[in-house]
Amino acid sequence: MEWIKPGINIDIIGKRFIAYVFSAILIAVSLVSLVMHGGPKMGVDFAGGAEMIFKFETLPTAQEVRSALATIGLEKATVQETHVEGQTEFLIRTDVADGKGSDIAEQIEAVLEQTLGTGVELGKVDMVGPQVGKDLKEQALMAMFYALLFITVYISGRFELKWIPPLVMALAIIGVAYFMDKFDLGIPAQIAVALVIAVAGFWVLKLQYAMGAIVALIHDVIITVGVFSLVGKEFNLPIIAALLTIVGYSLNDTIIVFDRIRENKTRHTRRALDFIINRSINETFSRTLLTSLTTLVVVVCLYLFGGSIIADFAFALLIGVLIGTYSSIFVASPILLAWQKASGEAA
Amino acid sequence: MKNFTFRLTLVAIVLALALLFLWPTVNQWFVDKDKDHTAWPHKVINLGLDLQGGMHLVLEVQTQEAVVSTMDRYSDDLKEGLRREHIRSKDQDLINGDTLTVTIIGSEALDKFKKWAGEEMSELVPDYDPQGENTVCTFTLPESDQKAIMDSSRDQALETIRNRIDKLGVAEPDIRKQGEKRILVQLPGVTDTQRAKDILVSTAQLQFRLLDDRQDQVRDYINRRPPPGTEILYSKHVDAQGRVSSRPYLVKKKVLLTGEYLEKAYANMQGQFSEPVVSIEFNKKGGFKFARITGENVGKPLAIVLDGRVFSAPVIQEKISGGQAVITGIGNMQEASDLAIILQAGALPVSLKILEERTVGASLGKDSIKTSTNAMLIGFVLVVVFMAVYYMGAGLIANIALILNVVLILASLALLDATLTLPGIAGIILTIGMAVDANVLIFERIREEIRTGKAPAFAVDSGFSKATITILDANVTTFVAAFVLLQFGTGPVKGFAVTLCFGIAASMFTAIVVSRLIFDYFLYYRNVRKLSI
Repeated sequence: MEWIKPGINIDIIGKRFIAYVFSAILIAVSLVSLVMHGGPKMGVDFAGGAEMIFKFETLPTAQEVRSALATIGLEKATVQETHVEGQTEFLIRTDVADGKGSDIAEQIEAVLEQTLGTGVELGKVDMVGPQVGKDLKEQALMAMFYALLFITVYISGRFELKWIPPLVMALAIIGVAYFMDKFDLGIPAQIAVALVIAVAGFWVLKLQYAMGAIVALIHDVIITVGVFSLVGKEFNLPIIAALLTIVGYSLNDTIIVFDRIRENKTRHTRRALDFIINRSINETFSRTLLTSLTTLVVVVCLYLFGGSIIADFAFALLIGVLIGTYSSIFVASPILLAWQKASGEAA
Repeated sequence: MKNFTFRLTLVAIVLALALLFLWPTVNQWFVDKDKDHTAWPHKVINLGLDLQGGMHLVLEVQTQEAVVSTMDRYSDDLKEGLRREHIRSKDQDLINGDTLTVTIIGSEALDKFKKWAGEEMSELVPDYDPQGENTVCTFTLPESDQKAIMDSSRDQALETIRNRIDKLGVAEPDIRKQGEKRILVQLPGVTDTQRAKDILVSTAQLQFRLLDDRQDQVRDYINRRPPPGTEILYSKHVDAQGRVSSRPYLVKKKVLLTGEYLEKAYANMQGQFSEPVVSIEFNKKGGFKFARITGENVGKPLAIVLDGRVFSAPVIQEKISGGQAVITGIGNMQEASDLAIILQAGALPVSLKILEERTVGASLGKDSIKTSTNAMLIGFVLVVVFMAVYYMGAGLIANIALILNVVLILASLALLDATLTLPGIAGIILTIGMAVDANVLIFERIREEIRTGKAPAFAVDSGFSKATITILDANVTTFVAAFVLLQFGTGPVKGFAVTLCFGIAASMFTAIVVSRLIFDYFLYYRNVRKLSI
């Protein structure tokens, strides 16, 4: 079987500006949504608080659960019904996370049992204190940050045989990040500054492959976070894991195209870069489509059949695989052309 | 075609080892759930708390309290010293728990005080600030000493927690230091979370203190300040109907004896109503002390106080030698045995605060295993069917590689004692999707080569060699992301990163070595002329 005919030649480079506009719109929508919602919605892992899942022998209504909680002063708790495999559970969230409230789950269990007069089973508790939440958030952001840095160094080294400049730059950026630590800007601002410096550095050093890769990754992460914000889903530790996986996946895709570009450059030395890039994208198109498809299939299975606890995680992967595939074709490679006009040389 | 036998042997050895290491897990999960696997190898894949149910706690040791109590002791010494040496002073105070101040009146007293302090409080750093006639003296504990005290209180707390969990009888608990003053505790299978928390977090500071003579006026003192040197503490009693009642006691602040001399504690039934009690036995030194205290205070009520709660306050009938005592006033047998556990395991030097708690009920854990394995199977079957249809014969080869891939991931989990978590299963599912990528890359290359008119053997050869570089480059970056996750992640996230790392390694091996081997077999031993790809 062969879906993509050999010799396929779609003019992706010629239409790259359409893709830029499309990406720009997606990013703009993401940022607007994030600003309107006051940043990403943080789940218990990062914001602190307690999240519990209760199962009931006879099912109460959400209103009954709410009024039961009100009797112990938890009017503000979020009560949400979740359905998994024909079973209905209630997810209750409060922001009580102080050490004194450490038996909050047992208190709620007791009051639900008494007021509703039914057997209640505590399925899951996640209680995170505010300090731990802050630590976890910093760790997660630092993980994203370091992953991006290491990866770009590797790409520059492998594709342009430039190891020293990106390494020096990565160390410099880490230095800047530590220096900024003194000014208490907060980790997100620090990382934003570091990324801007990174992109500027790649531009000045003409590390085009690293530049293409990092722009595509930032693109993917912003849009995934934006979609999460749009549909009102929360960020927890597993979602950060999903984001990093997306980073890895999208890069995987990007590198396969880059690899073909490198190969074609030695084969067609007289051709212009845009021809080579376009040809490389087309030659790997079949593989890109197939791998994205098999990955999507399993991620969709995970989303549909994996249960409620893993659903958000699978959702993030779903968005990430789609956007990562798109960006490796329409964003990462076309950026390699960015220097062409400025310097007039075929890179 | 080079080294065919060598590669075949390599694959055979890897496969054999993988199956060997998987065997205990298969045996335990599917054949005999309760029987421990005794023959080598023993390692069974650990299931994370989110899959088997259990409790994850991060406790913060309030190490600052240890510094405060050290300074408290110095404060008592100071008071005592000033009195004994007849030094005129005023305004003795302990500020912020770590700074001791006192104002010495007159220069003569100051000389005397300096001499005394130089001998008795030499560990503290003094600072003398003259203010006219008087001198304000400030004492602080050096940074390094403070840190040593804090560290040792954390280590003691860790040890105590270990002892208590040992006595609770949790199978395979995981207790470890996390940073300067946090302790991570993982208790698989524990579902009575309230009980576990109570046992872990009670400081279990047992004290024997006399009641004040004015006990009959205790109700009057509830609303006003109790007499100096005393405080009001309560007892708590839960009856069979679950009603809680409490009673106030006017207790002297002076502690006559603490639980540090305790040697044994055990729960049993006593008295005509078979009341649950905890019997305690002191060591020799404690026994002597207890005998002296009871001898000196015959006829007076002695309160047994644990973590600020009065258990009982029996009147001492006679001098008690032999070093045995009984704590009564306990609700039920469960509470009595828990109390015995914490007393026996020793008191915590400082209190603990629960910073993070994650509990998963056993049934939810089982549900998670069920749903995620279902998702895995469905995804697996779809991918396998797709590969077979799209690439036909070569697709079958990819599928063999895929199956081997999953086997290798699970075997490495068992071998390296890694933990399988719910996100870990998600990692395997994702790897199934991405694992075919390496084969897809190779197959697409081979197709390209065939299109240029190459013979099968050459097409396969150059297809593999060209795709290998790409596969390496692409996987190294994913590996970097996974590795960073491994460094920064905790708990479930780490579990995900682990399977992702193994998955990448396994998929490279199966695609580059195993698939190639099968291709070579057909091309050279079966003389296949036309590739089914």
